[in-house]
Amino acid sequence: MGNGKVIKVSGPLVVAEGLSDANMFDVVRVGRDRLIGEIIEMRGDQASIQVYEETAGLGPGDEVATTGAPLSVELGPGLITTIYDGIQRPLETIRDLVGSSIQRGIDVPSLDRKKKWKFEPIAKVGDAVIGGDIIGHVQETAAVDTKIMVPPTLSGTIVSIKSGEFTVEETVAELKNADGTIVPLSMMQRWPVRQGRRYKAKLSPTVPMITGQRNVDTLFPIARGGTAAIPGPFGSGKTVVQHQLAKWSDVDIVVYIGCGERGNEMTDVLREFPELKDPRSGESLMKRTVLIANTSDMPVAAREASIYTGITIAEYFRDMGYAVAILADSTSRWAEALREMSGRLEEMPGEEGYPAYLTSRLAQFYERAGRVICLGSEDREGSLTAIGAVSPPGGDISEPVSQATLRIVKVFWSLDSSLAYARHFPAINWLNSYSLYEDRLQQWYIDNISPDFPKLRASAISLLQQESELNEIVQLVGVDALSPQDRLILEEARMLREDFLQQDAMSDTDAYCPSEKQFQLLRLILSYYDMGREALAKGANMNALFSIPARDNIGRAKNESNYQKAFAEIESEMRAQISELIAKGGEQL
Amino acid sequence: MIKEYRTIQEIAGPLMLVQNVEGVTYGELAEIRLQNGEIRRCKVLEVEGDNALVQLFESSTGINLANSSVRFLGHGIELGVSADMLGRVFDGLGNPIDNGPELLPDKRLDINGLPMNPAARAYPSEFIQTGVSAIDGLNTLVRGQKLPIFSGSGLPHADLAAQIARQAKVLDNSSQFAVVFAAVGITFEEADFFINDFRRTGSIDRTVMFMNLANDPAIERISTPRMALTAAEYLAFDQGMHVLVIITDITNYAEALREVSAARKEVPGRRGYPGYMYTDLASMYERAGRREGCDGSITLIPILTMPEDDKTHPIPDLTGYITEGQIILSRDLYRKGLRPPVDVLPSLSRLKDKGIGEGKTRADHSGVMNQLFAAYARGKDAKELMTILGEAALTDIDKLYAKFADEFENRYVSQGYDTNRSIEETLSIGWELLSILPKNELKRIKPQFIEKYFPEKSEE
Repeated sequence: MGNGKVIKVSGPLVVAEGLSDANMFDVVRVGRDRLIGEIIEMRGDQASIQVYEETAGLGPGDEVATTGAPLSVELGPGLITTIYDGIQRPLETIRDLVGSSIQRGIDVPSLDRKKKWKFEPIAKVGDAVIGGDIIGHVQETAAVDTKIMVPPTLSGTIVSIKSGEFTVEETVAELKNADGTIVPLSMMQRWPVRQGRRYKAKLSPTVPMITGQRNVDTLFPIARGGTAAIPGPFGSGKTVVQHQLAKWSDVDIVVYIGCGERGNEMTDVLREFPELKDPRSGESLMKRTVLIANTSDMPVAAREASIYTGITIAEYFRDMGYAVAILADSTSRWAEALREMSGRLEEMPGEEGYPAYLTSRLAQFYERAGRVICLGSEDREGSLTAIGAVSPPGGDISEPVSQATLRIVKVFWSLDSSLAYARHFPAINWLNSYSLYEDRLQQWYIDNISPDFPKLRASAISLLQQESELNEIVQLVGVDALSPQDRLILEEARMLREDFLQQDAMSDTDAYCPSEKQFQLLRLILSYYDMGREALAKGANMNALFSIPARDNIGRAKNESNYQKAFAEIESEMRAQISELIAKGGEQL
Repeated sequence: MIKEYRTIQEIAGPLMLVQNVEGVTYGELAEIRLQNGEIRRCKVLEVEGDNALVQLFESSTGINLANSSVRFLGHGIELGVSADMLGRVFDGLGNPIDNGPELLPDKRLDINGLPMNPAARAYPSEFIQTGVSAIDGLNTLVRGQKLPIFSGSGLPHADLAAQIARQAKVLDNSSQFAVVFAAVGITFEEADFFINDFRRTGSIDRTVMFMNLANDPAIERISTPRMALTAAEYLAFDQGMHVLVIITDITNYAEALREVSAARKEVPGRRGYPGYMYTDLASMYERAGRREGCDGSITLIPILTMPEDDKTHPIPDLTGYITEGQIILSRDLYRKGLRPPVDVLPSLSRLKDKGIGEGKTRADHSGVMNQLFAAYARGKDAKELMTILGEAALTDIDKLYAKFADEFENRYVSQGYDTNRSIEETLSIGWELLSILPKNELKRIKPQFIEKYFPEKSEE
């Protein structure tokens, strides 16, 4: 491969000449430290290179060598539980090599080359296989069984297959393809990150991704294979919501990308996830998680790549037939990285200095999500759900990144700073947020939770809506001007907000709320409204109705673990107290 | 052999173009020798072929295209560090200005530092008692956190910062503590206030100061915070000290950054600040933290004045996205006479949950904190309603909340700059205030704590 020479250095952008053999988007090595870069523009024999590491110390005349291959990730056993940087270098290995700072030009393989994995074959000699077929598997962690697949581009007949312990590079099987050549297969594949992995067909989402968050599951559900955005100003709890989803979603694999965010947040995930138990499998949550970290002090060009690295890893697990969720925090930082490179390339800026291709790049990312029929002869079904946080400047979502994202995603969880100031968490605004999957998922809720579910959900939303209208009147004329029936709506909406929507992420008892419990709790809270309305119609005293002791118990109900029994007790207590009020009529207590 | 170039082609604002250079690398430090022998420093911003674009750190006055010469030094900007820095005062470029002896550096460190590997960070979780209730009780600071103070022109952020520097301590008092103070473009009076305060309390001996005052070259300001953080990293991670870094004022830093960006004719982002300002600020703020296997820590308190008290201005906005919370000072509260005028509702410490609770502060801390926040928020709403419709429009319970909000501001927040409250005191004031409300309103506190701590009203 031809070598070039650097002629210009400007921050992460390096221009080199003499690279006429190189291809667009080839990975190159720059300078003595062999810094990793990628060709993003070519003019004549000059190539513009975005360098993924700090470029201080580079100068004209330094050598540039192309590797002849586009930026790719290594896929195979060993991904789970690992924390990678934006270009898939394992950060824990780097720490063991060079200490607590990240130095430049470090070359370590993404997957451990020495570790042996126990490969158990499934395919037999003589089997005809096509790309995507599973030939064997590795129990990677207690929670994840990694399937070893035929790479998407190959097909043929298996001529040998082994069983036992192998490293990721060793041959575990051999394949004879159509023209008779023998191809050795190892457990590792490579895939270029900017290209989506192939699948047979895309399907519409019909099953919700259950997250254990009442705001999400009950009010604004997301489907497996769906896309969602969480925009919000700083301090509104975007990252906490993302962490909650990463912790409690009922998926098989979680890929968490910390894109241009705080180092301590990644450390938090690294330290906390191993301690937490998956409510379904009982295994540690870390055992299903892959982390990608490009913290805000790490080089900006690698931030652009980190999103693609993450989603390619997620697609690999989707191809095994798993339900995968990818959480990107935050896509705004990724867009800013695009803007910075675009500025240095002296491209014509679009809105607010962002490049004109911002929308199409964002759309390409989110479109890689979906529920699909995987490659291979057994028609496995896999799903990839993508959830991106957006950090709009000043919390104003009229800015380009938020707007471009909202045009693509189907679920919008709008975080609100005024809710956050009142310490209403999660600060998801119930009036602005929406989920376009609601109708499509309704049948699932009817079949799996209760036929009453859509009705209860609708009345909760309507009560919250009425509350905001009534509050406008209260602001003008005071609460005394309202009828008792309207006062009851305000009280009921307050209970919905405080006792249902608020969910403490730090709580041991309430951080995860099973679907059935969500439904029962909602029913319990709404039953107060039904009983209360009846009581008021029958002439019960309003103030007495608002201060019945059972309401305190509803306030604590969300923390009950044996909820079936507790809720039933609260309900009968409440019924008794309200009938007593009706019996007394309008008397004060 | 270092070559001297007499090929300065142009000077415009803080930028200078040097031609026909050889072997110059990006980020390299260079020296300009003026005809009168004076030496000034600059840094390579871009190299293209044999042209080097450099950024001056000092003023360009007196540089002559024909007679001044440039030497490229082959390394980036470095700071000589040693434990003897404690008690010393340096200018914005790291030269001693206290008439003391030259420093004998233990080593020289690149002031840009290296990114910290997230896998090697230790999560900050040790409570720092600042003695300020609004911080300790509600927006708790922990070791290794970066918690800025968002202030406005004319608000007493300096008093609060000095109070924190004076009073901050951890509950197990075993390790060494140091303060690194960076003045970035502030006035002499403000800087003098800090120096006098450090002197008055005797903390000057464990303080390192970097001074770039308002009349020093604006362009120097880009290096000053990095000098301070480099010194802090050395003290924390080489010497094992717990370092509190105070940088004031980040707004001046951002303006210097904008000046360089404008001179380079870059496409501006919001309000003319460069598009990479987020990354640039992050490369400073993220240097705070703790490392696994190191005793020391860097806790960072940057101070910034919000232009027009606008929290959505790019400087506070981008800062808030990087730092782990913010302490916001409010002009309204200041006018009401609250000292310090901390507006607790929009203030936030993201790391508080890991630093409070049993074994760190007290088991009821988290519940009391949430209840105080919720009650104060409701009390403020009630007071707002009261100003529109009069007190009669409030329900009985809302009247109690309004009373709570007033008492909370006067007794909890407004404690003065010389009161040093222990966490126990802060918590018990919190309980006293909560006892204004009926017990069944305290939904956010676990019943066993209400039983244990709720003060019984004897006088009523």
